[in-house]
Amino acid sequence: MSNHDYQPKSKLGKWFNDRLPLLTLSNHLQEYPTPKNLNYWWTFGGILTFCLITQIVTGVILGMHYIAHADLAFESVEHIMRDVNYGWLIRYVHANGASMFFLAVYIHIFRALYYGSYKSPREVIWIIGMIIYFLMMATAFMGYVLPWGQMSFWGATVITNLFSAVPFIGESITNWLWGGYAVDNPTLTRFFSLHYLLPFLILGLVILHIWALHVPGNNNPIGIEIKKPSNDTVPFHPYIVIKDLFALILFLIVFAFFVFYSPNILGHADNYIEANPMVTPAHIVPEWYLLPFYAILRSVPDKLFGVIAMFASIFVLVILPWLDTSKVRSAIFRPIYKQFYWFLVADVIILGYMGAMPAEGTYLIIARVATVYYFLHFLVILPVLGSKEKTLDVPLSITEPVLGGYPNQAKTKDKLNIKESL
Amino acid sequence: MKKNIKLLFLLTFLISINNAKAIAETSQELLKVDWSFKSFIGKFDRASLQRGYQVYNEVCASCHSIKYLSYRNLAEKGGPEFSEEEAKAIASNFEVVDGPDSTGEMFTRSARLSDKFVMPYANEEEAKSTNGGAYPPDMSVLVKARAGGADYIYSLLLGYEDPPADVKLDEGVYYNKYMYGNKIKMSAPLSDGLIEYSDGTKATTEQMAKDVVSFLMWAAEPHLEQRHKFGFRVLIYLIIISVLVYFSMKKIWSRIESKV
Repeated sequence: MSNHDYQPKSKLGKWFNDRLPLLTLSNHLQEYPTPKNLNYWWTFGGILTFCLITQIVTGVILGMHYIAHADLAFESVEHIMRDVNYGWLIRYVHANGASMFFLAVYIHIFRALYYGSYKSPREVIWIIGMIIYFLMMATAFMGYVLPWGQMSFWGATVITNLFSAVPFIGESITNWLWGGYAVDNPTLTRFFSLHYLLPFLILGLVILHIWALHVPGNNNPIGIEIKKPSNDTVPFHPYIVIKDLFALILFLIVFAFFVFYSPNILGHADNYIEANPMVTPAHIVPEWYLLPFYAILRSVPDKLFGVIAMFASIFVLVILPWLDTSKVRSAIFRPIYKQFYWFLVADVIILGYMGAMPAEGTYLIIARVATVYYFLHFLVILPVLGSKEKTLDVPLSITEPVLGGYPNQAKTKDKLNIKESL
Repeated sequence: MKKNIKLLFLLTFLISINNAKAIAETSQELLKVDWSFKSFIGKFDRASLQRGYQVYNEVCASCHSIKYLSYRNLAEKGGPEFSEEEAKAIASNFEVVDGPDSTGEMFTRSARLSDKFVMPYANEEEAKSTNGGAYPPDMSVLVKARAGGADYIYSLLLGYEDPPADVKLDEGVYYNKYMYGNKIKMSAPLSDGLIEYSDGTKATTEQMAKDVVSFLMWAAEPHLEQRHKFGFRVLIYLIIISVLVYFSMKKIWSRIESKV
């Protein structure tokens, strides 16, 4: 927040701004100096904000028609789909919106991993982001329970049962979570209550996330610190706004395709069967965005250690800024890290695939190898690379390589084609 | 270019997961039907929906309920679109329990448009006891509740055959090559000429299967036509506006690029 010296032009504006500096804030958001070489991977922050607002708006409307009761929930969802005006549209936007939200957040996280956006001085932005991600998973999981279909019920049973792995008090914890001795009506009502609450916590954290971002400013594809404002930056409005808007519209095309033409492809068919505690589905599978964690959970033979491994897989991300000791941020200048980065991407995709498969035979072996590699990447490869890797020369500013002031121009020019990144 | 490949990578990932799920649930390749409601502007075949209702009513309805459908839906846009009189006539064939009346007694009356489809059994227990312990599932969202959707139900209806020599079937259990585990407690419900279509169409097994599955698809997604219509408009709108925003963006950014 650099320009505190902003003065509104009108008298009323000045009067108000002296009492509550909203106009200063608005001015800051417009002027906010942003690196001009940001590529399209940087547009997902804006897209995610859009996703969150969409989920909240559609969710509040659904909440007006939904009935959180074990005997009525399934029927009330069908009521929304059939008799509420445009209820089908609102529900499909909400259900697919969750998937789109996760698609965007995964791109956002992997962008940060590639360009080293979590490194000093942006550790707090990263950690807040990870808390948001964790809350998103909790919210999405509880939301999936609400339609009270077979996968809702059995997914809730499997996940809440994880807590019974805690020594001594495990059973008490699960009973406390359920509000009884099995997943039932009390479980459903509390999940609904929390599913309504958590998005607003996420919204608050998103504000902190953006605030923390605006202190050091954006990272950028070449990962260097830049002077702000300078030749290397552009004001957020209109340059970044229009670019984010363009990316958002492209994203919406994908979104609309799912909502209107395959609204159920990302869900599981069994969730259109009303919950039945007496019938267990052949395969209990969580939503696609939780599959990598599910694979890690199942790849450990012991229940307690499986749960620990699953939570640890998120925790290693939280402490990532201290595991990756390399001073260079962007993978563009880290040839070896870049290789391992793509290995990690492949590893997570393999884990996701294994999470959808039955945990047996070859699938289980592959899932175990992938789990070990996941932790190896963060706990061994990254710290070692930090000291051993020979990084490429990093330019001093964004404009320099293009201006020709850089000795190693030939090497970096093709990688740093500024035009392409705009 | 490289960016596109990476995006493709992600999309393939999503799709592969769903394929994997489908493969895990059905081993037999399903029969594929060229449904009129697939594709971007796909609509239901009105005549087929009306025939499909007839098949449901004369064959399926003796065991299977469609509890989330009301008789009024039969006359609504995007469905079989019976005329209101026809829908009323259909409803009046059924009796529902209503009440209590002013003296506190329950009474039966013939169904109205606003009533839900009358169910063949009073409750799940009755349904089970009449069907050898198997519960004939409610058909309201059946098409969406099975991996493979409309193709799966269609295949299942045509998938009855004599069991292989090594398969032993209990009394009241039938062999179906598309059913999960190949054993099904419903006997083959359709056979050539089982019903007589009121519009004169020849009632072959395939024809009836196709009609009734279309009807069930509509029952599961009564707003499918509206969804397709909306979707088409939304996509066109988004594509046009993306082009406009793209050129606006180029214009705005040209101020910076010229300075570099």
